[in-house]
Amino acid sequence: MNLKPATLQKIDEVITHYPVKRSATLPLLHLIQEDLGYVPEKAEEWIAAKLEIQPINVYEVVTFYPMFRRKPIGRRHIKVCRTLSCALMGGYKTCEQFEQEFNTHRGEVSPNGEVTVDFVECLASCGTAPVVMIDDDLHEKVDCAKAKQLSEQIKAEAKKR
Amino acid sequence: MAAPEQRRIIFAHINEPGYSNDISCYVRHGGYEVLKKAVTRKPEELIEEVKKSGLRGRGGAGFPCGVKWGLVDRKSGKPIYLIVNADESEPGTFKDRYIMHQDPHQLIEGTMISCFANNVKQAYIYIRGEMPHGARILEKAIAEARAAGFVGQNILGTGYSCEIYVHRGAGAYICGEETGLIESLEGKRANPRIKPPYFPAVLGLYQCPTIVNNVETLCHVKYIVEHGGEAFTKLGTPNNTGTRIFCVSGHVQRPGYYEFEAGKITLGQLLNEVCGGPLPGRKFKAVIPGGSSAKILRFGETFTLKNKDGSTRTLAVEDIPMDFDTLAACGTMGGSGGVIVMDDTVNMVEALANINAFYSHESCGQCTPCREGSLWMKKITTRMVHGNARTEDAALLKSVADQIPGRTICAFGEACSWPTQSFLAKFGDEFKGYAEAKPTKPAPATPLI
Repeated sequence: MNLKPATLQKIDEVITHYPVKRSATLPLLHLIQEDLGYVPEKAEEWIAAKLEIQPINVYEVVTFYPMFRRKPIGRRHIKVCRTLSCALMGGYKTCEQFEQEFNTHRGEVSPNGEVTVDFVECLASCGTAPVVMIDDDLHEKVDCAKAKQLSEQIKAEAKKR
Repeated sequence: MAAPEQRRIIFAHINEPGYSNDISCYVRHGGYEVLKKAVTRKPEELIEEVKKSGLRGRGGAGFPCGVKWGLVDRKSGKPIYLIVNADESEPGTFKDRYIMHQDPHQLIEGTMISCFANNVKQAYIYIRGEMPHGARILEKAIAEARAAGFVGQNILGTGYSCEIYVHRGAGAYICGEETGLIESLEGKRANPRIKPPYFPAVLGLYQCPTIVNNVETLCHVKYIVEHGGEAFTKLGTPNNTGTRIFCVSGHVQRPGYYEFEAGKITLGQLLNEVCGGPLPGRKFKAVIPGGSSAKILRFGETFTLKNKDGSTRTLAVEDIPMDFDTLAACGTMGGSGGVIVMDDTVNMVEALANINAFYSHESCGQCTPCREGSLWMKKITTRMVHGNARTEDAALLKSVADQIPGRTICAFGEACSWPTQSFLAKFGDEFKGYAEAKPTKPAPATPLI
């Protein structure tokens, strides 16, 4: 595994936060996913060795928590809230708009590899529904027009690369 | 009657122009003065103030905070842990997000006071994985507080030491359940633990005594220690003391967060006056008053409640005061303060299908009635919405929902069955008529599933 030196440093630091090493499982998974974009199978073994637990202990955690993924996704991750308050304000239409913009279906990588659109459960910002997270950033009141505008922004940023 | 004014204690500085989340701004507004005084007092006195205040947990269950602290095993010789439950996930709830993003030091001060009161040497803030900025803001705030001597070794020169670390979740709702949260913090799947014997106060994190408190609750502790438990009881109503933050979402003119004295505002005042009433041309149909697992209320229904003197009173939905006890007497709950409003455009089968999809996704899967029941409730309601409703569906849904609560390790069993039970009880006709009426229905403008 080719982890960045900064990631390795953070990993060693975060383990010291806990009296029991196994507690660092989630933090390590986050750090590795941030570095590599997903959690490859090798990483499960690597974390297990690092924390002195069995690979199955890591595997069962990766497969339990929705935020961890075992396969790469698009360069940008668009997460549309699906839950009631957002749905009442048009969240399903917002999600469809993103799917159309990138010619993709939710849960899949878009054909150009640029985005993955996903439905996620409640993002705890129900008063500004519908909400969408693009990578780490929350976007509020994302109706179809705003979804279009955000998509164009993503496309423009992709062109610059 | 006109709605009372907001009483902003916890949200005093939220969205205030010029207020920032760094320590200099917090200190300029009197920050950490309460902690400075608290560490000169006896810990037992602080616990006594919290008990006197009648503060009830703001995460959902409304359990008295002082009682929770009183249950902690202080004789075991093991370290005592405090965990801040910042895993705000109950659909309809969005208050802790603003505290952590905009006023993190308020939370850190409340946490440190609570740690000192309970002789805690290590605290963790378990924050939702979906709030990466919130986690970074808290980490920065803790580092600032550490540098200023409010967190870490030898706090304010008293010899008392306590460390706080931020721990990020990863998208699982069940981590809001305190024993599930503890399992998660131990690096495992968040399968809740059975109680007894695993009461966190006795056998919590690493099998040590552990206190798990909600973000808003800990901010209230700061206020209580500053002003005294007695003063806190002057806010709100008896047994429902202090303020509450209501998060209103869905079909109202002005959704958002509003802080009022508990029980001093009615549901009708909150929705009609504070939130501006229904959207133009629409009427309120239903409201979920305390997060999506709370039982739904139907506008037009009335409740006959007993007074203390034995007489009775009748309340319409609009008349219900927003406190823990009256909402419970009306068959629902104040829960986390998340108020979700639905107007007359909403198809209740679709709304329930949306909620059921959430709970089936979030069941941890360890207890059969919950894992299977939540999935079947989702499958049935989704099938109904997609044109395959059967005449027996209402009865089938009720039968599934009735077999879950009381048969599971944690309260998720109740949380996932209450929506189905209450939607059927309040809107049974819509469900019963679905098989016949469905083919003539046009596709919804705003799909919910």
